Amino acid sequence: MINDLFITGHCHIRDNTVFLNGAVVHEQKGTDFPTFAKSVYQKFGIDYSKFFKMDNLSKLAFLAADLLLKGNNSKEERNIALVLSNRTSSLDTDRRHQESITNKDSYFPSPAVFVYTLPNICMGEISIRHQLHSENAFFIFEKFNAEYLHTYAESLILDKKAEQVLCGWIDVDNEKYEAFLYVVGKSGTFTHSIAQITRLYQNK
Amino acid sequence: MTELKLELKEKIIEQLNLEDVSVDDIADQDPLFGEGLGLDSIDALELIVMLDKDYGIKLADPKEGRKIFESVETMATYITENRSA
Repeated sequence: MINDLFITGHCHIRDNTVFLNGAVVHEQKGTDFPTFAKSVYQKFGIDYSKFFKMDNLSKLAFLAADLLLKGNNSKEERNIALVLSNRTSSLDTDRRHQESITNKDSYFPSPAVFVYTLPNICMGEISIRHQLHSENAFFIFEKFNAEYLHTYAESLILDKKAEQVLCGWIDVDNEKYEAFLYVVGKSGTFTHSIAQITRLYQNK
Repeated sequence: MTELKLELKEKIIEQLNLEDVSVDDIADQDPLFGEGLGLDSIDALELIVMLDKDYGIKLADPKEGRKIFESVETMATYITENRSA
């Protein structure tokens, strides 16, 4: 039964480069993350103005998910659960919020920043974009945990909670960022195994 | 008043991250919410913070915002009548 599941696609974004199923599909060196993220948005013709209101974690998750889920329009395919993870939770945005409330004489916290001070908000952004009403979970790990994600995704599909699972790692900490997302389903090129997930992640 | 309206348009674009919107795209009477600029509830909260931070106006009742934030014109009128900063 375990061998019936596959990795149907994977996307890696890091060092201002986007890899889709192992191939470089976009690169823009020498810019900060927001500028790079905008270049990805433009390159792939995304039309979604709310993107520019998102924090960096949500922008990163949104872009990786968008590249993987493009073309997923049938009702059945939209039963896609989300299982994401990272190391720094929403720390990048938490810091911005903290800066705005540190000075008691200039205490003006931004509601638009505050709403992103939870890591799972990025899954909400993906769900809104792709009309997903599915299971979702966000885990905090010290490092990428292929074993845990493998078990969780398999359980969701085998228990018929989802047809597919969008899994992976989304981490943003100041200038450091990395997204590695992959879709688990019943067809695909790679067998869904811990070894395969690890291999794809390390082939970054 | 004209200067204030221009200032408000610039602040709205910058603080609400309205990509691909320029000052010229916003007419003084354009609705800011709904079919106009399409602002949402979080944007409304940001505008309330902006009134406080930049013009020293605290809205005691957030429901007041509905009238005040109808357009740049209504915002400018309210600020002119109530500003302390």
